[in-house]
Amino acid sequence: MKFKALLAAVLLASPVAAQEVKIGIAAEAYPPFASPDASGNWVGWEIDFINAMCAAAEMQCVITPVAWDGIIPSLTSGQIDVIMASMSITEERMQTIDFSDKYYNTPTVIIGTKGVDMAPTPEGLAGKIIGVQASTVHADYVEKYFAPTAAEVKIYQTQDEANSDLAAGRIDAIQADSIAMDAFLASEAGAACCDLKGAVADDPAILGLGVGAGVRKGEEDLKAKINAGIAKVIADGTYDTITAKYFASSIYGG
Amino acid sequence: MQGFWAPRRIVMAAIAAGIVVWCVLALNWTWLADPKYQGLILQGIWTTIWILVVTMVLGMLLAIPLGLAQAAGPWWLAMPAAGFCGLIRGTPLLLQLWLLYYGLGSLFPSIPWIRQSDLWPILRQAWPYAVLALSLSVAGYEGEVMRGAFKGVPHGQLEAAKAMGMPRFTIFRRIWLPQALRRVLPTLGGETVLQMKATPLVATITVIDIYAVSSRIRQDTFVVYEPLLLLAVVYMAIAGVIVLLFRWLENRVPQKTA
Amino acid sequence: MSGLELLAWEAPGWGAALAAGLLKSVLIALGAFSLGLLIGIGGAYGKLYGGPVTRDLLAVYTTIVRAVPELILILILYFAFTSSINNLLLAWGFERIQISGFVAGIAVLGVVQGAYATEVLRGAILSVPAGQIEAARAMGMPPLMLAWRVTFPQMLAAAIPGLANLWLIATKDTALLAVVGYAELTLVTRQAASTTKAFFTFFMAAGLLYLCISILSTLIFGRIEAWARRGQVRQEGR
Repeated sequence: MKFKALLAAVLLASPVAAQEVKIGIAAEAYPPFASPDASGNWVGWEIDFINAMCAAAEMQCVITPVAWDGIIPSLTSGQIDVIMASMSITEERMQTIDFSDKYYNTPTVIIGTKGVDMAPTPEGLAGKIIGVQASTVHADYVEKYFAPTAAEVKIYQTQDEANSDLAAGRIDAIQADSIAMDAFLASEAGAACCDLKGAVADDPAILGLGVGAGVRKGEEDLKAKINAGIAKVIADGTYDTITAKYFASSIYGG
Repeated sequence: MQGFWAPRRIVMAAIAAGIVVWCVLALNWTWLADPKYQGLILQGIWTTIWILVVTMVLGMLLAIPLGLAQAAGPWWLAMPAAGFCGLIRGTPLLLQLWLLYYGLGSLFPSIPWIRQSDLWPILRQAWPYAVLALSLSVAGYEGEVMRGAFKGVPHGQLEAAKAMGMPRFTIFRRIWLPQALRRVLPTLGGETVLQMKATPLVATITVIDIYAVSSRIRQDTFVVYEPLLLLAVVYMAIAGVIVLLFRWLENRVPQKTA
Repeated sequence: MSGLELLAWEAPGWGAALAAGLLKSVLIALGAFSLGLLIGIGGAYGKLYGGPVTRDLLAVYTTIVRAVPELILILILYFAFTSSINNLLLAWGFERIQISGFVAGIAVLGVVQGAYATEVLRGAILSVPAGQIEAARAMGMPPLMLAWRVTFPQMLAAAIPGLANLWLIATKDTALLAVVGYAELTLVTRQAASTTKAFFTFFMAAGLLYLCISILSTLIFGRIEAWARRGQVRQEGR
């Protein structure tokens, strides 16, 4: 009898229909949004946000790191169900995948070697070596606006590698998201080598409309659930609490 | 070639042709028509080939002394040479490449004068690290092969040359080295194909070879598999050329079999 | 933090994370090597005793795998393999399944290893004197027993150096999974290095770990080879 009761308890306790949702994040560190700590846990603003969003949408989420430059194929081939890796919502990506509503939006900046004059314009960056992370909106932007006059555009697999090459002096400037760059400039290596050169002129067609969660085309239910989760997290103040933990001001943007 | 076109082969060739036709028709190849990508692809193939050739030549040049030191050198030469080969063969090339490029790069900020030095224009680029890492890799693997080849040359010949009063370097140049090289020649084609298969790793340190070009196309166009298929075809073609080239070379070298 | 503190076992040291990565690398290498060995045994027998079509297909398999860089095979198989399995499942009305990076890694590297193992084992089987196999056949020994009692024990000695080499390649090829984002030793190293900016320390440490595997494996395979060669006449040189 005891055994039967135990069996029943186990069977009932196991969640009946709680589907696991695999949230894909980039396997490479992208502080302060997502980076692994020494015990192998992922930490950062985006990780906290994912957890809050999943709780609000009552989803069972599993954070799954995949390579950034293969993250869209990973989604379409079914290794992950959602991309939440600071991915900007752009027209081009929308041809392949769908996006939720945006959950943050920050300006795009150029940082460069200290003491060297460069404006964040095509003329200002003429003859310079510019580094960007592969398959980002920044790579597309640099390709369109700066590549014709720049000495060279170097494409890195991860933002951190671009940062360390800037610190090493191998490249003159980086274009990237302002918050990631603030974090780098606040670090020891970043403070020693580089400073902010300014924000680039906006081009929403390339730079997108903020960061959203990517889902496979046609998965409207999942998308609706995520949108509801995002709205709830923002409405109940969790969003601001998480933001306050990492940043001085809101990053939701306009 | 007789008997190659047996009925089953014709059926298999037809199936293969069918797959190719399906790939051409059903998959998305529109990006191939873009002149921008055509130029990039050609440049990428060229980069892959020159990196392959340069690193094979440099690596073999290093492998000869490494093999000789292990086969006939005094212990204080043989030990470090064996250690070097073990080190290269025991660790992944990807790691060696990252250690050289990012590891050394992370030391640059603490040595400010390096940016004023004459070497800086070379140090700041990526290809020298790629060439260095890949050459050292060839040297490590081929050093081991050359050791066996040097040891395999019949001792009697060397003793005979010595008895004839031939100077040591002449013995090396005219008897020992040519015979050792002839021994490795049949394996060299295969080793070159292996080296070719290692070249795409350089894309991870920003060298734009054919692999990097295909990643770029994949990211620009969101076409997932087609650039990879093109890449596989390109590498198979290069491998085919390498095999044919070495077969031709082997036939040209007179081989006397006892 | 100094270099050694960064490598300490407890967080904020990365020692435990590196060890976990190492364990994953070794497990994947073991899995891939075993799978490769199975494919290799089948492939070698197929190449030697199979029908003409089997032989041709195996030739195509080994040629393609040996001519295309592992990195590209991994990318093609990693994405195409999972997406085609999922497409099939969806077409048959099942739910999509998640294939873990671990399984995909073993499958992909196993297929690559299989091609090389086929060649190694084919050569080893050929080294067994044909007369012995014919004699066993003439005595009416069933094929499986023949393989187990005559072919395997004798080919082992010839196969082990090649297999040892393949095992070393397997351990090093796991590093390529870093490129598809699987957290084995090389990717963990890269994450640790870029988080702490101590690129040199971590790449050196990982290199040392790989070197330990390689040295240890060489020793073990040396023992196995000596055991497999027991009772054989010692041959000088090559």
